[in-house]
Amino acid sequence: MTDTAHTRRHLRPGRILGWAVLILLIVVTLLPFAWAIRTALTPNAQIFSGDYSLIPPDATLLNFERVLGLVDTKTDLEAGGSGAKMYFWLYLRNSIIFTALMVLGQVTTATMAAYAFARLHFPGRNLIFGLFLTGMMIPPIFIVLPNYVLINNFNLINMFTGQLAPYFLVFPFAIFFLRQFFLSIPKEVEEAAHLDGAGHFTIFRRIIVPMSWPPITTIAIIQAVFAWNEYLWPQLVGKDHAVRLLNVALAAFQEASPTTRPDWAGLMAAATLQVIPMLLLLLFFGRKLVGSIALSATK
Amino acid sequence: MTTTSTRRTPRPRTGGGPRSQTGVALLFLAPALLGFAVFYLRPMVKGFELSLTRWDLLTDPQWVGIDNYKALLYDATFGRALLITAVYVVVNITTQTAAGLGIAVLMQKVSQSTVVRSLLVVPWLVPNVTIAVITLFILDPNVGLVNHLLGQVGVGPIAFYGNPDFAIITVALVNSWRNMGYTALLIFAGMQLIPKMIYESADIDGANQWKVLTRITLPLIRPILAMVVVVSMIGSFQIFDTVAVATKGGPVGSTRVIYFYIYEKAFQHGQMGYAAAMSVVLLLIILVMSLFQLRVTRAAESDLG
Repeated sequence: MTDTAHTRRHLRPGRILGWAVLILLIVVTLLPFAWAIRTALTPNAQIFSGDYSLIPPDATLLNFERVLGLVDTKTDLEAGGSGAKMYFWLYLRNSIIFTALMVLGQVTTATMAAYAFARLHFPGRNLIFGLFLTGMMIPPIFIVLPNYVLINNFNLINMFTGQLAPYFLVFPFAIFFLRQFFLSIPKEVEEAAHLDGAGHFTIFRRIIVPMSWPPITTIAIIQAVFAWNEYLWPQLVGKDHAVRLLNVALAAFQEASPTTRPDWAGLMAAATLQVIPMLLLLLFFGRKLVGSIALSATK
Repeated sequence: MTTTSTRRTPRPRTGGGPRSQTGVALLFLAPALLGFAVFYLRPMVKGFELSLTRWDLLTDPQWVGIDNYKALLYDATFGRALLITAVYVVVNITTQTAAGLGIAVLMQKVSQSTVVRSLLVVPWLVPNVTIAVITLFILDPNVGLVNHLLGQVGVGPIAFYGNPDFAIITVALVNSWRNMGYTALLIFAGMQLIPKMIYESADIDGANQWKVLTRITLPLIRPILAMVVVVSMIGSFQIFDTVAVATKGGPVGSTRVIYFYIYEKAFQHGQMGYAAAMSVVLLLIILVMSLFQLRVTRAAESDLG
């Protein structure tokens, strides 16, 4: 971009060095995942016999079969497993439900609230907006304790409702982020619609939301990554298999593995299975995702 | 809400006076306000209240006044947890920001390809829990890849997570590794805001790349850099997942960060009140940092504006 012929001539060695460092960084970034996949395909016995070849000599899918619960307990124990059940598809389903509902709920309510803060006049607007802003600063653990008590009192432990409730309706950062965008939309379009007799709901649905699709998807993608990563709250209120998330399941699977001779192959198979959805996300939405992160930084 | 129904007619003049919009605004705000009141405001008040009681979640809570706070002053483990958290934050933030800045410069100068940026952000997309499990294996002293590689050059084996001297440093560096690509993307985004004209005039003046970097790029992204540092610092203070999965606060309490200690007290030792008192202290620390952040952000806005 800034490379004129002049600088390029001078920078040949620098450029090669730059690429070398960049490739090294990419290797350092990705090697642990490659190694996890490689290990997932290796029998446990070989891991403990000190085999470090990049391609496992006796590659097997047994570890994946064990994690997916396709083999009986005896086979699992013989292969170095703990016998702990991992209902992968169930947890995957739960994680997808959790993530999808959280994103849907938060993005909808945040878009609506952001519109009110950006466009409507009502008493106490700045005060309420300020309150939401302080909500961004509260460390989650501080509200996790009383929220746990509340969810417990309503008997919502081990229910999707309880797992989702604290997140579903409100996400202060999204409100703040979207409001910034709405403020930057010129008012003329809406005023014209107003003259045509359109109410606020029509303007919101027909003008604001369609015009703000990029920031809305940005916040949705970032929220999906956040939801997929959530652990503290889901493991407190969602221990039951029926609602257990992949994250919680993987941690439980790790805990069940014997400390003296951990089921590394099984653990890596489980970890690999959890990484795959994110890699798919990157494959299909890579450009959008990278752009979203940039957008979230500059607003 | 009743005000809207009486004034439904479109208003060609200014698009609605203040009074008529209150009802509509309430409708737009209702879901978010409800969620905020129940799951943010209420627990905030309850949290303070809880911190003044002794409660094991099973029997009725007992009012103890400020006893929990007094006890905090004499709790060496609490002090140690704050110290361990501080060590974590310092190691994590310095290495993560330095690496992120370096990578951002490479993204700018060497390759602006989206593929490169996507690959570098992969670890950030993977949940902390998964990262903890994978690094437990990679860093294992007996069969881990890293120790195998170190062995080739005659170093180790090192029990990264298992040695009380290294454990918290290991957690910090693992998270720096996870977040460096993401941090780089944020800084890189900041670099894109620098007008190209500035670079072009530097080119004409014959400034070399190093000079461009140190005299132009770095000073101009300082505001964004400051913002990234403060925001990630607040996040860094809340380290929990990696510790909960990889070390469980050990070995010998060397990774018992403040979040983990609060969690232990509340949900494993049944000391809700005491845990709440600790989280009040943590809240104060984070509020001070947030005020600091606000100042930095303001400074950033005026700089870039």
